[in-house]
Amino acid sequence: MNSAPEAHITHRHEEIMANIQRRRIRGKVWQVLFYLATTIAVLALVVLILNIFNSVFGYVLIQNEVEPETLVASGNLADMQNTELIALLEENLSTGLIRRFNSEELLEERTTKDLALLVQQRIINPTIIESWSMVESIFDQDAIRATQAEYSGAVLQFRSWLTADFLRSPQNPRPQFAGIRTAFLGSLWMILIVMAVSFPIGVASAIYLEEYARADKWYNRIIEVNIYNLAGVPSIIFGLLGLAIFVRLLGGLTQGRTIISAGMTLALLILPIIIINSREAIKAVPASLRESSYGIGATKWQTIWHHVLPASFDRILTGTILAISRAVGETAPLVVVGASTFITVDPDSIFSKFTTLPIQIYQWSARPQEQFRNVAGAAIIVLLVLMLSMNAAAIITRNRIAKNRRV
Amino acid sequence: MAPTLAMQTKNLDFYYGTFQALHDVNLEFVRSHVTALIGPSGCGKSTLLRCLNRMNDLIPETRADGEVYFNDQNIYTEDVDPVEVRRRVGMVFQKPNPFPKSVYENIAWGARINGFRGDMDDLVETSLKKCALWDEVKDKLKQNALELSGGQQQRLCIARAIAVEPDVILMDEPTSALDPISTAKIEDLITELKERYTIIIVTHNMQQAGRVSDQTAFFLNGWIIEAGDTRDIFFNPREERTEAYISGRFG
Repeated sequence: MNSAPEAHITHRHEEIMANIQRRRIRGKVWQVLFYLATTIAVLALVVLILNIFNSVFGYVLIQNEVEPETLVASGNLADMQNTELIALLEENLSTGLIRRFNSEELLEERTTKDLALLVQQRIINPTIIESWSMVESIFDQDAIRATQAEYSGAVLQFRSWLTADFLRSPQNPRPQFAGIRTAFLGSLWMILIVMAVSFPIGVASAIYLEEYARADKWYNRIIEVNIYNLAGVPSIIFGLLGLAIFVRLLGGLTQGRTIISAGMTLALLILPIIIINSREAIKAVPASLRESSYGIGATKWQTIWHHVLPASFDRILTGTILAISRAVGETAPLVVVGASTFITVDPDSIFSKFTTLPIQIYQWSARPQEQFRNVAGAAIIVLLVLMLSMNAAAIITRNRIAKNRRV
Repeated sequence: MAPTLAMQTKNLDFYYGTFQALHDVNLEFVRSHVTALIGPSGCGKSTLLRCLNRMNDLIPETRADGEVYFNDQNIYTEDVDPVEVRRRVGMVFQKPNPFPKSVYENIAWGARINGFRGDMDDLVETSLKKCALWDEVKDKLKQNALELSGGQQQRLCIARAIAVEPDVILMDEPTSALDPISTAKIEDLITELKERYTIIIVTHNMQQAGRVSDQTAFFLNGWIIEAGDTRDIFFNPREERTEAYISGRFG
């Protein structure tokens, strides 16, 4: 009589064990899939970074039009006096060119460094005959030496395209002298304008929509749906909008294709993102905090200003900085709004003509000369460093505020 | 209306959307007494409490019909400002919810926004002393209030409520998140505070209602089943359902 239930229990036990095994295997399969997905993502990142570095470092074969030793005994231009440098320039360059330099700024009044640069660029005039990527430089040295042998007097140099001079110099038609200065300053101006416009408007709208707007009114629902949709609109369409409004319609105020037009366009572009992020941040403030404020007779505004905003400010700030770093990387709308294709003058006001880092990268990579690919790579590194430091600033700020508020 | 009444509800109905949470509630709250609201979860006692300082205004799509009198003034008329109501009818919540600021600032903030012009240090000290918290925190006034223990936080919340000089203090299960020792301290405090304040407390703890309250109202499904002196409700209930609930047969 007893054996039947026992057999049943054993049978049940085996069934459960088999079932556990099945569940474990299913979990393992998913785990492997997740692992693969992460690996693919990491690989893609590594390839991207290697690709950038590959173009930024490598051998270049340089040939000087005039060897510096023939101009000055030491071969070092820095040893020369201003007058000697001017004499060199007047001796070697056409009178028309000298006149043009003088009309920009009298040669006599220029610094030694400026004059030396002119001599370097105009007289010595090093030309890059050929350049190699980092991978080629490491693994293909025989071919590189063979190429060098074909040109007499050519110097082989391992060059980093990302140098202090690259950060300091403006745009230049020759890759070896091209720099990022104008574009970098343009991007900084852009960040300032985007921040000044989109942060207050975005946060204020978020406060209104989250705290004051009545969700049961049809017009508030329409606004809400549209903000979510706007966040997904392709950026080039915002570019067209900016062109129509800020460049054409308000051209009198913005003076056309200027930093302010572009900055306002990008501010519009990220406004929906800032609103959505800020609303989420405000929504995350616990009801108990609001109630404790209302409970002792605070008004709605006192509650928002003293409790809701401080409690959500870290998230609002993070969301905003991430949105702004998206704006920093935008290219398409700026092309439409009219970034300058070639500009060497630093932007000095919101009404300056401008270019930005992504625009500059785009233009360099579209040039036929191969060396501009190296220059573009160096600019990409500058852009990435700029974006990474903004994101890092966001994280550090958030952690600092959060630490002060929550124990 | 007798002057000894601090608050009174007349024919109060309350709706969340289409759901009616309170049915025809008529209750009197005696000045300087403790009134306990008891009943099973979802019976409407917290809803009633939040009607008494118009806290339910903050929840969208709710509606209150009927009258709630505070010092002979119906607080549900157009010309009454809910902000002023909430200053005079303070509230302490189930979970201690001090502001994430310093202990000092927790007390001072409410007074400051309500236009307090006197000596703030003095106000902070007296408020904390009234809540028997001064000795424990007098060296920690600059510390973040969230570093205090749960029981200290709850007493701080009571101190914060009385710092703005209310007449009535509403307490929504103030000890349900606390350990027995902290609970005992809060109960002692309630007994001390009732000399100066009218206290209305929602509780799930029958012993607590028996210990601290003078009057008790028993709720079921949004209706008041029985209300009166605590002694009568506990030892001599008129309704069978009251006796069943108090003796723990349901709830």
